[in-house]
Amino acid sequence: MDVTTLAVTAKKGSSDHKAKATNRERALFYALLLPAFLLVTMFIIYPVVNTVFYSFYDWNGFGPLKNFVGLKNLRTLLRDPLFWNALRNNGIVIGFSIFVQLPIAFLLAILVSKSSSRPTIFFRTVFFLPYILSEIITGVIWRFIYHPQFGLLQQVFAKLAPDYSYTGFLADPKTVFIAILFVVFWKYFGFHMILYVAGLQGIPPEYYEAALIDGANPVQAFVYVTLPFMKNAIQMSLFFCIIGSLQVFDIIWSMGQGGPVHAAETAVVYLYKFGIKSSKMGFGSMVAIVIFVICLAFNVLYQRVINKEER
Amino acid sequence: MSARTTNARKAVSLSEGTKYAVLIFFALIILVPIYLAVIGGFKSIGQLNSDPVGFPKPFLAENYSNIFFKSGFFKYFLNSAIIMSVTVAIDVIVAALAGFALSRFTIKTKNLVYQYFLLGLLFPMTLAILPLYIQLRALGLLDTFIGVILPQTAFLLPFHILIFKGFIKEIPDELEDAVKIDGCGKMGFFMHVVVPLSRPAIATVSVLAMVASWNNFFLPLIVLNDKDKFTLPMGSMDFVGQYLADWNIILAFFVVSMVPAIAFYLYAQRHIVSGLAAGAVKG
Repeated sequence: MDVTTLAVTAKKGSSDHKAKATNRERALFYALLLPAFLLVTMFIIYPVVNTVFYSFYDWNGFGPLKNFVGLKNLRTLLRDPLFWNALRNNGIVIGFSIFVQLPIAFLLAILVSKSSSRPTIFFRTVFFLPYILSEIITGVIWRFIYHPQFGLLQQVFAKLAPDYSYTGFLADPKTVFIAILFVVFWKYFGFHMILYVAGLQGIPPEYYEAALIDGANPVQAFVYVTLPFMKNAIQMSLFFCIIGSLQVFDIIWSMGQGGPVHAAETAVVYLYKFGIKSSKMGFGSMVAIVIFVICLAFNVLYQRVINKEER
Repeated sequence: MSARTTNARKAVSLSEGTKYAVLIFFALIILVPIYLAVIGGFKSIGQLNSDPVGFPKPFLAENYSNIFFKSGFFKYFLNSAIIMSVTVAIDVIVAALAGFALSRFTIKTKNLVYQYFLLGLLFPMTLAILPLYIQLRALGLLDTFIGVILPQTAFLLPFHILIFKGFIKEIPDELEDAVKIDGCGKMGFFMHVVVPLSRPAIATVSVLAMVASWNNFFLPLIVLNDKDKFTLPMGSMDFVGQYLADWNIILAFFVVSMVPAIAFYLYAQRHIVSGLAAGAVKG
């Protein structure tokens, strides 16, 4: 803890005073980076480059890559209503996260960031707790809560609305995705809240005092002091939110494998069902590339927006 | 004047009240499902059916103790523990070295290398899973622990390098100069100053890596085939398939399997905010 404050308060020396790197230093630099470089290259970059190649082939994953089909996989994919259905579901997760999950996380962060009293730390710890549970455990706990026979909701409905016969939100295509969105919120808002708490704690209190002396009201203080300081935290949180929403899989898989009748399928569930499970490596690769391009587009877009606001 | 102060005081206490009401509301949303799962594991299936919310009566501790003796729980647990320990060790060492290189050296290509690592953040593992599978098959790593450990470490590295880089950058240059005067080189500075000062970052990265490895489902699902090598999440899904009707047994199994993750978290949670603050948020 002292370290952080020490590091923050200490004046940063100018980096110019460091002499030009010697050859020995250069060798050390590359040696330090080598293990990370090898791992990232072998298991991220190289496979991703291969995905691009595979996506132009009709291939079941065995034998040589020879049945070149050009953009046929892309055409098949774009014509499949199930894929659009899956993408729409991803879009709903993103929208829900940005407009519901993140604002609530921000509000809670404000409530638990100021003091380090016992209750504050307790709430912070509780809110982050679901993030460390596996998606599989989360999914099964919520299957239990939503269960038409054993679940909490069944009890609640029996007490409050005895006329309504509860048959399980996860079994009904109309309600399944809303039920899953709630679980997504339950599991992830604590992570975003912690990013915001970290950001809020980095704001020097002097800035607020100065703003108050200048006659700023709390709203102005929020807009002119809090928000600019939170830029990094918000940027980070949006990044994880968008990437995470586009790749959501485990939680949906454990709550009913995207069913009933495709109602809760997302892009990665689609990729798993129609690419990997059905041994269509070429087609699956094309699905992966399309999802990746969407990820990239989103990130470019929001970086633009953030940089614009900075100016 | 006095009326004004009382009003102000009332407003403050009211907002304190609202604040705690909101916090307690969200805490309940989180804790009630977990609590119901824990007590559900102590119930008979009959009671779970008639009264899922009440206290267990009779109190069936054997639902929990049976988990340990049947079900392969220990095997799955051990497999997950081996994979997790090796992952955390490699991840922390490799990320700390890279973060050090990227924050304390003045080399022209530095930024380029950093951007290359950041590229890794854009590729979620789920999207690279097909070629990854094919590559692991070519390397003969399918159905091995190493086949899970190396790729999952690689996918953790970009974010963890970012945390270390941000954290190590904040260590004052004066300390480095002081160590230099004492005749230590870069590596001496790393071992004697950077490592001890980076403990919050090491704690944060370790917890994130532990949790990610412990909970990883997608990658082991694709790499591991042999039931003796299954990890805990895979074993759990298998278990649900076997005991589909016995929700009390399923709950007991899941409650036991989430204990380790909660234990790491409670042990290291006070470092998480400071680690993320220094690393990720300041960037």
